[in-house]
Amino acid sequence: MAESKYVKSKIFFEEEFEEKLAEVPTDPKGPWPANDNLKIIGKPVSRIDGYDKVSGTAVYTFDINLPRMAQARILRSAVPHAKIKKIDTGKAESLPGVLGILSSNNAQEIKWFNTSSLFDTHLRYQGDEIACVVAESEAIALKALKLIKIEFDELPFTVDAKEAMGEKAPKIYDEGNIQGGKPFEYARGDVDKAFQEADAIVEDTFDTQVAIHNPTEVHCSVVNWDGDDLTVWDSTQAIYGVRDTVADALKMPASKVRIIKKYMGGGFGSKLECGKYTVMAALLARKIGRPVRIVVDRKEMNLAVGNRPNSVQKLKLAASKDGTLTAISHYSYGAIGGYEGGAGCSWPARQMYKCDNVKVEEYSVFTNTGPTRPFRAPGYPQGIFALDSAIDMLAEKIRMNPLEFRMKNNAEKHPMWNAPFTSKLLKEAYEQGAKAIGWDKRNNQPGADKGPVKKGMGMASQIWWGGGGPPSHAVLKLNRDGSARVIAGTQDLGTGTYTFMAQIVHEVLDIPMDKIEVILGDTAVGPYCPSSGGSTTAPSVSPAVRDAAENMKIKLLEAAAAQLESEKKNLVYVNGLISDTSNPEKKIDIPGLMGKMGEQTITTTGSREANPEGYITQTFGAQFAKVEVDTLTGKIKVNKIVAAHDIGRVLNRKTLDNQFHGGIMQGLSYALMEEQIVDINTGKVVNTNLHDYKIPIIADIPEIEVIIVSEADPMNSNTGVKGCGEPAIIPTAAAIANAVYNAIGVRIKSLPMTPDKVLMALNQA
Amino acid sequence: MKINLTVNHKNYSLQINSDLLLVDLLRDHIGLTGTKKGCEIGECGACTVIMNGKTVNSCLVLAVQADGAEITTIEGVANNGDLHPVQQAFLEHDAVHCGFCTPGMVLSAINLLNHNPNPTEFEIREAIAGNLCRCTGYQQIVEAIQSAADKSK
Repeated sequence: MAESKYVKSKIFFEEEFEEKLAEVPTDPKGPWPANDNLKIIGKPVSRIDGYDKVSGTAVYTFDINLPRMAQARILRSAVPHAKIKKIDTGKAESLPGVLGILSSNNAQEIKWFNTSSLFDTHLRYQGDEIACVVAESEAIALKALKLIKIEFDELPFTVDAKEAMGEKAPKIYDEGNIQGGKPFEYARGDVDKAFQEADAIVEDTFDTQVAIHNPTEVHCSVVNWDGDDLTVWDSTQAIYGVRDTVADALKMPASKVRIIKKYMGGGFGSKLECGKYTVMAALLARKIGRPVRIVVDRKEMNLAVGNRPNSVQKLKLAASKDGTLTAISHYSYGAIGGYEGGAGCSWPARQMYKCDNVKVEEYSVFTNTGPTRPFRAPGYPQGIFALDSAIDMLAEKIRMNPLEFRMKNNAEKHPMWNAPFTSKLLKEAYEQGAKAIGWDKRNNQPGADKGPVKKGMGMASQIWWGGGGPPSHAVLKLNRDGSARVIAGTQDLGTGTYTFMAQIVHEVLDIPMDKIEVILGDTAVGPYCPSSGGSTTAPSVSPAVRDAAENMKIKLLEAAAAQLESEKKNLVYVNGLISDTSNPEKKIDIPGLMGKMGEQTITTTGSREANPEGYITQTFGAQFAKVEVDTLTGKIKVNKIVAAHDIGRVLNRKTLDNQFHGGIMQGLSYALMEEQIVDINTGKVVNTNLHDYKIPIIADIPEIEVIIVSEADPMNSNTGVKGCGEPAIIPTAAAIANAVYNAIGVRIKSLPMTPDKVLMALNQA
Repeated sequence: MKINLTVNHKNYSLQINSDLLLVDLLRDHIGLTGTKKGCEIGECGACTVIMNGKTVNSCLVLAVQADGAEITTIEGVANNGDLHPVQQAFLEHDAVHCGFCTPGMVLSAINLLNHNPNPTEFEIREAIAGNLCRCTGYQQIVEAIQSAADKSK
C-alpha cells in the first residue's frame, strides 16, 4: 500500500475557506506532460454515460420506484410571516389513502438552521414548511394538504433588504435583521487618502436581482428502511454532506445511513446541502414501514430551495492619470431570506485587480423571502457586474482603453495576501480573447452607430477559486480479465465526472475505455470525496484517481516481476504490455498477468496530494461580448461571446466546451431575463413557474467561442486541473453590460437589463 | 375507465381514472420513466413524446385523449441497443449534459426529421424551442440535429 500522512488542508469552498485534516500521499506523482503528449486526456471524448442518457435508460432519483413505495408532499406557508397557533390534520388524516402526517403537532424536535427546527411554528417566508403528508399516491397527498387547517397569526413582514435594515422594520429575529448584528468589513491601505489624491473618481450604485437555480430535475429523495439501516436516493451534489445531516437529524450512526445518487438533473448549487424534505421522508418512512418518495415541485423550487440573493452595490473607484487603479470602496447589502445565508459580493472588489487601497462593507439582511444557497459562483456574477462596469467607467474617464486599463492593473501576486499564484494566465486570456472578438474594431465612441439598432462590444474579467485539494480519495479494482472499476465518493451533475475518471485510468494503464466502469455517488462504496461545488470536483478528484492508477501500475510491475521471474527494475509498462528490457522474450499483457491470479481482484487506493504551501490557486479569464441594441424597443441581442480562460489542464474538450457554453448561457440569461419578483404588498413571489420565470430557449443563443489559454497548473496537483464550472458564468453579465454601454452610450446599472430599463435609461440620457 | 393505446409498438389496455395525465400513465402505469417531468405546465418539454406523428407535452394531455393513439417514447427509439442516428449524434456532439431534458429533445428532433429531413438551422431551432435545457448552451444540440440530418441524406 502507498504511504500516506495527514496535513491540515485549507480549501476555498464556495464562499469561505474550509480547513480539514486530510490524508495525503507521501509520494505525490509528478506532473503529466502537455496534453499533446497524452493519449486521451484533453481529447474530445464522448461521455461514457451518454448512452444511458440518450436512450432514456438513465434512472434519476425522480424515477426510482420501489415496491410498496408511498408518496410524500409538503404543506408550505402561503404567507410571508406568521406564527402558527393550531394545526388541525383531522380531515386530512381521514382521507382514504393518507398514510401519515407530520407537523409540529407530532414530530420530534429536530434542530434546523441555527435557531429553527424541522417544523418551526414561526413561519418566516412564503414556502416555509408546515407539515408533510405521506399517501398512497402523489394526488392523494396533494389533496390531503388542502384539508389541513392552519390557524395562525399573520405577522408584519418585510421583503426588501433596505427596508429590513431600517429601525421601523418588523424584526424577524429579536437580535435584528442584520445577520451577525454588523456588516462584514475588510480594508487594506488608506482609501480616504487615495480618493483625495486621485486624478479621476467614479461613483455609482448598481443592483442585481434574485435568481433561481431551477435545475430541470426538481429536488427529490426516495428513502427506504431495512431494519435500522437507512438508504436514501437523493438528487444531491453532496452525498457525504447529506449522509451526515440525515444521521445527525435522526441521531443515527453515520455508518447506518447510505446515500446514493447516480444520475441527477442538474443542481448549480441548490442541491449542495441536505433538504428538510429528505429528513421528513425518512421519518415518515419509518413511521409507516414503507419506502417513501418525496418530490419538491417546480413552484416549491422557486420558493424554498435557495436562490442567488439580490444585491445593491455602491462602488467608488479611483485612478491616477497613468491608469493605475488606486482605490476601491465597496458597500453592499442583499436579502438572505428568513434563515442564515450569505449575500456578500465583494470578493471581486477585494481580489480581482491590483489595488493598494480597498474598503469593503457588506450586509446580509434577514427578510421574509426564500433562503439563499450557493448558486454557481456565489457573489461573483453580481460582484463582477458592478466592479467591471465601474472599471469601464473609470477607464473612459481617464481616456484609456478598458482592455489596456485591466492589463495595467493585473495583479502579479494575490492582492490580499501578497502570495504568489501557482499559475496565472490572465494577461494571455485578455490578449487571446481580444484578438478573437476583434477588439481593435470596437467603436471608440459609444452610441455612435447610425440608425435605431446600435452595435457594441464589451469585456469583463473573471476570478474564482477552483484549485480543489485534499481530502479526496479513489479506489481502483482490477479484475481477472483486465477490466477495471474505479470508485470515488464524488458526484456527476452532468459535468462529466464519470468520463474523466475513466479517461485517467485509461491514460495511465492503457485499459480500453469500454472495459472501465466508474462507480460514484454512493457513500456505502465510494471513499470520501468532497461535495461537488466550488468548481472543485475535477481538481480534487482527478489527482486521486491518477494516484490510484499509478499505484496500480506499481503493483502490476511487482506482480509481473514475480510472474516473469524478472528484476523489477528491468520491467517497463508500455501500452498495456509489461516487458523485460534485459530479455525480449519475457513479456506479459494485463489480462495475461491477471489471468495468473485466479478470480481475485487487486485493489489500490489513491489520494489527492496536498496543495503547495504559501501559494494561491485560482482560475482567471476574460469574456468579450458583441451585442446589438434596438433603441426603439429596448431589446438587447447578444451576437457573440468569446470566453478566454485559465483553468489549468483540460481533461475532456467535449465536456469542457459543454460546461462553458452552459455557464455562459446562464450568465446571459442572468444579464437579460432571469428575475424572481416578489410583490412588496403581499410578500409573495409572483413568478413561481417556468413560464413566468424566464430562462433561455434555443432561440436566445449567441455564437460562443471558448479559448483555453492554459496548458496545466503542475504546481497544484498531479493532473494540473483547475475547475471550470463557475468561471464560465462569472464575467458574462458584466461583459454584456459593457457592450450595451458601448452600443448606446448609456449605462444600464441594474440586472436584468430588460427592455423597459433600456428604454428608461435612453429617455433619461 | 378503460383505454387502449399503442406505446412503442406494443398494445396496452388499461383501466384508469379520467383525470390521469398521459405523462403519469407512461411513467407510473407502464413504467417508462425515460419520459421526464420538469414543470407540469407544458413549459419545459421534458415530457415530450410523439403521439400520432406529432410531438406533445404529455403533461398537457389527458390519458383518455390518448385512447386509440400511437405513441413513441424515448424507450422506443433505439433498436435492440442500436441508437437512432439522432441519439448517436447527441452522443457524439455532446448535446447532453445532465440528460434530464435529453429524452424530450431527442424526440422533438426525431419528429422534426421525420417530417422535414433537410431542416435549416432556423427550422431546427424552431422545432426544439419548446424544450428547455438548463445545463448546455443549446449549440451542441443544434449541431447534433444538423449532423443527424446530414448523415441520413
